[in-house]
Amino acid sequence: MLLLKNGRVVDPATRTDARLDVLIDGERIAALGPSLEVPAAELVDASGWVVAPGFIDLHCHLREPGDESSETIETGACAAARGGFTAICPMPNTRPVNDNASVTRFILDRARAASLVRVWPIGAVSAGSRGESLAEISAMKDAGIVAVSDDGHPVATAKLLRQAMEYCRSLDLPLVDHCEDSSLFAGAVMREGPRSVRLGLAGMPAATESICVARDVQIAELTGGRLHVAHLSTAESLRLVREAKRRGLGVTCEVTPHHFTLTDDDVGYDSRFKVNPPVASRQDRDALLEGLADGSVDAIATDHAPHEPARKEVEFDRAPFGMIGFETALALALEQLFHSGRIGLTRLVELFATGPARVLGIARRLAEGEPADLTLFSVDEPWTFRAHESASRSRNSPFDGREFRGAPMMTIVAGRVAFRR
Amino acid sequence: MIERFRHLLAIEPLSAAQIAFLLDEARPFQQMQTYPLKKLATLRGKSVVLAFFEPSTRTRISFTAAAGRLGADTLGLQAESSSLKKGESLADTIHTLEAMKPDGIVIRHSSSGAAEFVAERVRVPVINAGDGLHEHPTQALLDALTIRDRRGSLDGLAITILGDIVHSRVARSDIHLLSKFGARITLCGPAMWLPRELDTLAPGVRRTTRIDEALEGAEAVMALRVQEERLHEPGLPRDEYIRQYQLSRARLARACPGALVLHPGPMIRGLEIEPAVADGPQSCVLEQVTNGIAVRMALLYLLIGGTGSLEDLSHASA
Repeated sequence: MLLLKNGRVVDPATRTDARLDVLIDGERIAALGPSLEVPAAELVDASGWVVAPGFIDLHCHLREPGDESSETIETGACAAARGGFTAICPMPNTRPVNDNASVTRFILDRARAASLVRVWPIGAVSAGSRGESLAEISAMKDAGIVAVSDDGHPVATAKLLRQAMEYCRSLDLPLVDHCEDSSLFAGAVMREGPRSVRLGLAGMPAATESICVARDVQIAELTGGRLHVAHLSTAESLRLVREAKRRGLGVTCEVTPHHFTLTDDDVGYDSRFKVNPPVASRQDRDALLEGLADGSVDAIATDHAPHEPARKEVEFDRAPFGMIGFETALALALEQLFHSGRIGLTRLVELFATGPARVLGIARRLAEGEPADLTLFSVDEPWTFRAHESASRSRNSPFDGREFRGAPMMTIVAGRVAFRR
Repeated sequence: MIERFRHLLAIEPLSAAQIAFLLDEARPFQQMQTYPLKKLATLRGKSVVLAFFEPSTRTRISFTAAAGRLGADTLGLQAESSSLKKGESLADTIHTLEAMKPDGIVIRHSSSGAAEFVAERVRVPVINAGDGLHEHPTQALLDALTIRDRRGSLDGLAITILGDIVHSRVARSDIHLLSKFGARITLCGPAMWLPRELDTLAPGVRRTTRIDEALEGAEAVMALRVQEERLHEPGLPRDEYIRQYQLSRARLARACPGALVLHPGPMIRGLEIEPAVADGPQSCVLEQVTNGIAVRMALLYLLIGGTGSLEDLSHASA
């Protein structure tokens, strides 16, 4: 038994924000209340900490199978635990692609062996994510996937998207789309704007994303399916999602910490800043902050995308897209959203825990009898992120050396301490 | 004591004073090009790596001549035979070249930012001989030297740059350089190669898609090379470009009398420029080539010669 004493329990699902003790027995929450006394329990002094329902990351890349020199399920899960995440959703763009139940089962076996955080795989929409025919979605669902996506690329055609959304509706799975009309640019490596023109780097206009979001929203309407827009990065995309929600469509979206923190003015020739979608203009970034504050955005997701150093340490236009993100996500959210006064703790926890859970159609609340998945964090803890100290096998973070206020202090998964600061 | 200038990676971070200093330093080398014996021993015993990861004829030969006339040896690396083709990374190639103990590295590369990438990883001075679409600083210096010689000064120059502006590293470097001297710079070309973001590059820049308007009152006109591959990507039919944007004698008449005509080369006669203009009395094209050697000699002398006269350039290594 584990007794978390004197923490500030913040749970949007139960509208709780109070100093309470939490008793964990086995894999579940046994009791929740003021001044619990359980002599047999191991005590954790949580005073000064927030006790929240366990964080869920809807979007990450664990690279296993196929690119274990960049990350493995174990190292990725370890980095996730250090970032306060109790459950993570790896995208299917591994080698081989997670487009059938045996790959799904392999991922889950490796996750069980690592035994750190819950791994909820996302399966491919199409076979090989090639955008031609549907993958074996129901078999993957029975094996344990929680959503489908051809992430890295959008679902290739409107026709395939329609089929996939209709089918996924019958399976009650959300479809996560990486929205990008790549016919609008060739070889673009950053957001198009004054900065890309100055640097002489090929840019993709913001419309690259929103054109595809517009298509997807209309297919969602046509099919009645659940659409989740991955790593949304522009004001226009957000407007389309807001509009879809207003009309009652099953449309949700996530925003990454790097998209709500960085702008294209931060981009130079340092390939650690190269990511897809690219970091946006200041106006777009400000719109994302607003959407995070006003409830339009459902979740913060990391899009943790490790690349081994040798592959990333090349000319900007030759470097792969992506940055690691598990360990800096909460600290960046505290910096940009909480300490800046844009949102309170309840909304913060919603963005990391109950929001993502709702996208997946699952309940996540801090109550007696519920699974003991908890994230304990401090909003004040001073620390500096050092990429070389990361638990990830990769180092590609633009936030290396950044000083933060606030950090995950303990990650509890099914009653077990997966990380303690 | 301010930190010493080590590299020439771009024009953008330089000040007008620093640029003027560089141009002044080029003057004696310019005169030298007219001597029957053009070889100095100033850099004897020094060696320069010419790391050309992208095919180049004129810039490469110009740097080779510049180094040779200063007495330095050049070690070449050519795109076609480079280890890059065998899959070696730029970082590894450059470390290998540095291990051969050169006194400086001149780099030409198809990736924007490649010169900066190299400069961050070596201890010797790096000169950018063109990086992707970003900058081609020595071209801008030789253009400035040519204009200054003919016009007497760069101050307040009215210049028109014609062609594929957005894909031109020459245009970027020239815009940054001339803007620092208060030039009024008119950019002109097909709309898709003339995005509005160009206005933000430097003060004094305006854009127009109408060539007659662009040439009105110009004291200097630079026609950029039109890369055939850009015409196909999909760009503009070749004849459409000629019809709308070729620098012809008739069009040049709209510019100031005696307006200078520049071209960074290689020039495609009959495409971006009419042969009569390229060969006409206003053309500075061959002077540009000669001045290129002088400017590059000055740079090699300053950066590799270690003369200690570089304080004025101290901020340029950004």
